[in-house]
Amino acid sequence: MAVKTQRTRMRTQDSIERQSNFLEVALGYSYDEAIAEARRCIDCKNPRCVLACPVEVNIPLFIKYLLEDALDEAFETIYKDNILPSICGRVCPQESQCEGACILGIKSTPVAIGALERFVGDYGMEKHLADTTVPELKHKKVAVIGSGPAGLANAAGLRKKGYDVTVFEALHKFGGVLQYGIPDFRLPKNIVENEVQNLKTMGVEFVKNAVIGKSLTIDQLFEMGYQSVFIGSGAGLPSGLGIPGENLSGVYFANEFLTRVNLMKSRSFPLSATPVKIGDNVAVVGGGNVAMDAARTAKRLGAKNVFIVYRRDEASLPARLEEIHHAKDEAIDFRLLRNPVEILGENRIVKQVVCEIMALGEPDDSGRRRPVGTGETVTFDIDSIIISIGQKPNPILKDNTFGLKTHSWGGIITDENHMTSIPGVFAGGDVVSGAATVILAMGTGKEAAETMHQYIQNKKT
Amino acid sequence: MYQIMAKKTLNKDVDLMEVKAPLVARNAKPGQFIILRVDDEGERIPLTIAGIDGDLVTIIYQKMGYSTQLLGKKSVGDFIEDFVGPLGKATHIRKKNHVIGVAGGVGSAPLLPQLKAYHDQGIKVSLILGGRTKDHLILQDEYAAFCDHIYLATDDGSVGEKGFVTDVLKKQLDSDPTIDHLIAIGPVIMMKYVTLMAKAHGVSVDVSLNPIMIDGTGMCGNCRVTIANKTYFACIDGPDFPGEEVDFDELMSRQSYYKDEEHMCFIDLDNHGR
Ligand SMILES: Cc1cc2nc3c(=O)[nH]c(=O)nc-3n(C[C@H](O)[C@H](O)[C@H](O)COP(=O)(O)OP(=O)(O)OC[C@H]3O[C@@H](n4cnc5c(N)ncnc54)[C@H](O)[C@@H]3O)c2cc1C
Ligand SMILES: Cc1cc2nc3c(=O)[nH]c(=O)nc-3n(C[C@H](O)[C@H](O)[C@H](O)COP(=O)(O)OP(=O)(O)OC[C@H]3O[C@@H](n4cnc5c(N)ncnc54)[C@H](O)[C@@H]3O)c2cc1C
Ligand code: FES
Repeated sequence: MAVKTQRTRMRTQDSIERQSNFLEVALGYSYDEAIAEARRCIDCKNPRCVLACPVEVNIPLFIKYLLEDALDEAFETIYKDNILPSICGRVCPQESQCEGACILGIKSTPVAIGALERFVGDYGMEKHLADTTVPELKHKKVAVIGSGPAGLANAAGLRKKGYDVTVFEALHKFGGVLQYGIPDFRLPKNIVENEVQNLKTMGVEFVKNAVIGKSLTIDQLFEMGYQSVFIGSGAGLPSGLGIPGENLSGVYFANEFLTRVNLMKSRSFPLSATPVKIGDNVAVVGGGNVAMDAARTAKRLGAKNVFIVYRRDEASLPARLEEIHHAKDEAIDFRLLRNPVEILGENRIVKQVVCEIMALGEPDDSGRRRPVGTGETVTFDIDSIIISIGQKPNPILKDNTFGLKTHSWGGIITDENHMTSIPGVFAGGDVVSGAATVILAMGTGKEAAETMHQYIQNKKT
Repeated sequence: MYQIMAKKTLNKDVDLMEVKAPLVARNAKPGQFIILRVDDEGERIPLTIAGIDGDLVTIIYQKMGYSTQLLGKKSVGDFIEDFVGPLGKATHIRKKNHVIGVAGGVGSAPLLPQLKAYHDQGIKVSLILGGRTKDHLILQDEYAAFCDHIYLATDDGSVGEKGFVTDVLKKQLDSDPTIDHLIAIGPVIMMKYVTLMAKAHGVSVDVSLNPIMIDGTGMCGNCRVTIANKTYFACIDGPDFPGEEVDFDELMSRQSYYKDEEHMCFIDLDNHGR
């Protein structure tokens, strides 16, 4: 079979037009495009893509079904290992997972596995193919803390085993970062709501406004008859830069900024009640997905100049490649090798950011060349600055749960079965790994459903 | 959804509500707060838990702007969309002999459970209550049930001393050497001046900070405050902090960052609610 050399590009919304709306940027494949791209897969004997997928989706098989026009089977093949294909197809860092391992990538471009997953996932969503049939209830209750991808996957897994599952969520909406963090132009919220609805259809109970550790403690959950508890509370606590001026008005943590805009809908203020204010010149500190999302959101709110301030070089940017490209197309300015050292204000409102100019030194533990200060600085005029340099696990559960062991950085310590230091309490996702990815969170949530099931079965009653 | 089981008007600006919220009531302690959203389009606003009775949570709110006015339009039997808590750390009861609570305006509401908690530990408590006029001095009867002394101050002199709470406080600190702790809750400017006075008299002081909050769970960082030159999140580390160490000027600036926007958000208040 002849291999088409270049991959089928996904259509996107016009790069100028989209800067003033929150509609999805990447438009997805048509059927013909999907088939054209699927044809590029050479169906390797030892598919490296599968091993490079954190949940080992059988990629060649779903592509084969797609080519046979057996879309339902293609969907089921993915869904077996990944209950969130429409989401992962959109947000996974494919270039460092499946697509990074694709053999075609050596000589040409890898198969666009993410785009195909999205196509099949969206087809399944439209046709309601997600298998929401469930076995009869065992009348054994389990509790899930947090409704991010880890909690959702865990809840699905346990419900499929017949447990009576309750998901407790601190916020007023479900989905975790998928809901309050990742903007609509990358992940439309109806997709997240559809996934939650599927779980509700399966009989999973969702309780909003329940901060475990405060509203109820884990001990109280056990007293209420829950047999086992899964903690999927994420890594929601923003890290600061620790530089002077960080608490001036107009200095945002990305979480605040994105929460205002996404969860609290301040982009339609004053028609919604929560305002957001950024001005014309916005600096975003950091180089990951969160930084890209913040920068592109700022642009959409009408900021004239949005620039990324990042202390390393372009090759080290940890964001998904697609997001970096889209950001550049949207005229986001990348000021690389710049490290903020002080934020200056006037009347306690931010005015400028002073950055040290960095140079690249020897490689560090992460294999990337370490940025070293040159002693020279450059100052940028700004109206607001959004700090997006990382997140740690939220301390509420740790502080209010006796005997729950954590690392010094706040991550919950678990064993190979995802069980914490408290028998019957399991954990997964960002709260264990530190800020990571949707697919990893989903993967551990799903695995923990298995080990929780074993735990409950082995427990003497 | 959370049902309003009782509502009382305390004065023309301030209402009291009892809301049915078992998950808040179950573990709530003095000093903690809730966050509510009046309706599905609403913003998240924090209010202190002023009392608990079974499943019922008492809130007392001043109708300041859009969201508190919207809340004020709700009646008994109506529902509030979201109501989450208890948030924040419970008041840390210090080992003291004579504590004076200083409340400004609606600060009287959050102070009540805290001062009561001191009283319940067998500690002598007194109150200085200040407000614009006689009508603004709320909850006097509730305080009278356990306070040793109640001193009043109004801007217009309609009752008690004409002047600020700090004028009354100075007299007490000068004349009563048994006072060894203050709790000040009210406008930031009041807490700042009470703190200065406490410092001058060598008496410790706790204040309850009210920065702008969104989630109330430590996720957004909007509520950050500087205490002894370090950044804290008031929603999870507070809201109570030792007054001596608080950067009040920073707090005032951060609180007023959205002043202009707040006044824009009245659009269809009249078409909302009932
Ligand atoms: C802006 C942004 C962009 C991102 N972009 C990408 C991307 O493109 N690709 C990718 O793979 N990853 C991305 N990530 C990372 C990814 O979203 C996370 O790794 C993933 O969501 C972690 O899932 P989780 O279930 O562990 O936690 P979360 O999604 O953080 O969910 C945790 C949930 O638990 C709730 N909770 C916390 N404490 C409690 C409590 N005590 N009681 C009850 N509920 C509680 C929280 O409110 C939250 O809803 C991004 C993250 C952000 C912030
Ligand atoms: C921990 C805490 C406990 C509080 N307890 C009480 C209480 O028991 N009774 C009471 O009347 N008030 C209390 N407040 C203040 C109350 O939250 C604000 O008055 C309310 O949010 C005003 O909203 P608004 O839309 O009516 O007014 P707006 O016109 O929007 O704002 C008026 C002022 O309120 C403050 N404010 C606005 N939005 C918020 C927000 N999301 N979070 C915090 N402050 C905000 C700002 O400083 C603003 O200048 C408390 C605040 C905090 C942080
Ligand atoms: S209110 Fe969001 S972190 Fe405190």
